[in-house]
Amino acid sequence: MSKYECTVCGYVYNPEDGDPDNGIEPGTAFENLPEDWVCPVCGATKDQFEKVA
Amino acid sequence: MKPVEIADGIYWVGVIDWNIRDFHGYSTHLGSTYNAYLIMDEKITLIDTVKSEFTDDFLEKISAIVDPAKIDYVISNHTEMDHSGGLPQTMKRIGEDKPVFCSRMGHKNLSMHFTGKFNYTPVEDRGSLSLGKRSLTFLETRMLHWPDSMFTYVNENGILFSSDAFGQHYASVERFDDQLKEDIMPHAKKYFANILLLYSPLILKLVDRLKAMNLSPAMICPDHGVMFRENLGKIVNAYVEWSLQRPKRKAVIVYDTMWHSTERMAFTIAEAMGHAGVDVRPMHLRKCDRSDIITEVLDAGAVIIGSPTLNNGLFPTVSDFLTYMKGLKPRDKIGAAFGSYGWSGESVDLVNRALEDMKFNVLFPGLKIQYVPDYEGIATCKDFAEKIAQKLPLEA
Repeated sequence: MSKYECTVCGYVYNPEDGDPDNGIEPGTAFENLPEDWVCPVCGATKDQFEKVA
Repeated sequence: MKPVEIADGIYWVGVIDWNIRDFHGYSTHLGSTYNAYLIMDEKITLIDTVKSEFTDDFLEKISAIVDPAKIDYVISNHTEMDHSGGLPQTMKRIGEDKPVFCSRMGHKNLSMHFTGKFNYTPVEDRGSLSLGKRSLTFLETRMLHWPDSMFTYVNENGILFSSDAFGQHYASVERFDDQLKEDIMPHAKKYFANILLLYSPLILKLVDRLKAMNLSPAMICPDHGVMFRENLGKIVNAYVEWSLQRPKRKAVIVYDTMWHSTERMAFTIAEAMGHAGVDVRPMHLRKCDRSDIITEVLDAGAVIIGSPTLNNGLFPTVSDFLTYMKGLKPRDKIGAAFGSYGWSGESVDLVNRALEDMKFNVLFPGLKIQYVPDYEGIATCKDFAEKIAQKLPLEA
């Protein structure tokens, strides 16, 4: 599972950690995040994330 | 005003904006300052600039210390235009080839503000830069309060240039916390409530991070207002306290009114809560500025919103306030709604829905009174107030 970086604020979504504060279980792939999930740091939408090479 | 030497060879070269009263919608009753700093070392270094219209004043201040052309390095801690607006004019005087050190996001964001192709030199989080006798460490503080925000720390002097964090919109000739007779904290609190509240979780993490780094700053120098040299713990602890958002036995009653009926309800609720030992603030939305209301909301346990129904909807100022409050994400608050109406009475439900959306603990369906509250209506308001008071923490 790949990490994804927010192009607005640089937050990195790590699927191993998930986003428990917003109800995302550890182990959730970025692709499986709900479409209305937003960056927990700055509120950017999913389409503003880029895969970390 | 002349530059102020804040430590050996380190100067405040900011400007005072005595007359600003509206800072992008935030009421600045006492003006503000745009702080920038100059470090005289083997590499002469400028930290931040000022709002563009103050650039002449700013360059004059620098010139009282050194010819701007001799500046070697520029550091941009924050892209927002009250700190970067003067950059193009300043770079013309300094030399457009000189490096502008900024965070990676700063590079990206500055490039979207200015057409000039400056020599942006992104620095890493915890990266360092030697100026000769002194060295700087950069700390990225993303989303405190923009993606580009960073701190610059002078290791040898223990000076933390904290960008907008710990700032206050307060214009004064005095430049330090210990010089001000008036307590600066209410202004720091207002700044926190209106600019940083939504980033409370990040602030708590940042404070932990600073502690883990074992920095022992002797001075905190924000980009607005006074610098802290006497009581650094006070402002840092206040930031922790505000970030924790511990609800107090305090209620803010935010309302508007058309024919004083919703206002009568507001005052009745306020008095009843006051009698129940609650610190209560009724705030009329056309008499109080939204940024002053939010400052009161910061440590309140309850936010009680009163809106008349106008044309089947919310009163416009109430919508304005709800939008503003939603963005600032206050946590752990009790919410309640009330209002007078003529014939349809949608406003109370609309307020409740908005408060639920903000994850407020909404206690009741809300209190609606048709037209003018009568004796029974007033009694209902008292009961409503007492029920909310019972749910508030006992601690003031």
